[in-house]
Amino acid sequence: MDTQTIINSLAGGLLIGSAASLLLWLNGRIAGISSIIANLLFSKSHLWPLLFALGIVGGAALFYALGGSTPTPRADFPAWLLALAAVLIGFGTAMAHGCTSGHGVCGLGRLSLRSLVATVTFLSVGLLTTFVVRHVFGVM
Amino acid sequence: MNNLVTLIVGLIFGFGLALAGMTHPQKVLGFLDIAGQWDPSLLFVLGGAVGVTVISFRFILKLKKPLLAPGFLLSNLHDIDKPLVVGSALFGIGWGISGYCPGPAIALFAAPNWELWVFFPALLLGYVLQRVWEVRRRPAVTTAPAVKLDSEPPACG
Repeated sequence: MDTQTIINSLAGGLLIGSAASLLLWLNGRIAGISSIIANLLFSKSHLWPLLFALGIVGGAALFYALGGSTPTPRADFPAWLLALAAVLIGFGTAMAHGCTSGHGVCGLGRLSLRSLVATVTFLSVGLLTTFVVRHVFGVM
Repeated sequence: MNNLVTLIVGLIFGFGLALAGMTHPQKVLGFLDIAGQWDPSLLFVLGGAVGVTVISFRFILKLKKPLLAPGFLLSNLHDIDKPLVVGSALFGIGWGISGYCPGPAIALFAAPNWELWVFFPALLLGYVLQRVWEVRRRPAVTTAPAVKLDSEPPACG
């Protein structure tokens, strides 16, 4: 981990926190991505979650256009395992009413005990799962 | 005005995600893989983001209302219940397998590759399955969910 990585990580985190702050201050909304997806699918107010999602895509596209490195797809990662992970993420974040952004960034910002429990849970289960997938089953 | 704010805030959020390296699932897995070549840089992402919200939310939530909306739309859930813990654990399993959480999954549309076409439809399927399960579990509220989402948004996400 070099100095540039630390600076980028910290700056990225500060931007994410600032975006969440602006959305709450101006629109009164929580920047929770899983609820944004759930709203896109099930709510009658499609416009604001759609605009936020488009913004996320545009923001990432801007970073890549300015020379930031794009994610490299994994050549040998099993597609069925990726699909299974995605279903679990959709089901789980909908059930817990939040993910990394809603519970991790916004909920912790509100000093919510619920969000602390959620964050500690998905973080520790995530650590354990990555260990099992990579070091027990050898899938990288 | 509200819509413009939403779009611009989304842009900042997406740029931040990409700058932080969160859109690289292998980097996220490098953070979760403490038994491998551990990459602790995501601690700075979380620290930076929560550092801002912990301070700013204190001041924002003391306001009577947001600047451009009639009121704050916050979760009114407080209980540490089974769905919270089980749901977060299921999310942790998916996160630990794939290295994606919902935000970076959306950001993948900015640099699409085969993972997007497998991951994103399956992610949406997960939300639909949870909805179906929720409705079946509590048949009394079968007509309520669509309305409920509009009037009291789910916590977060």
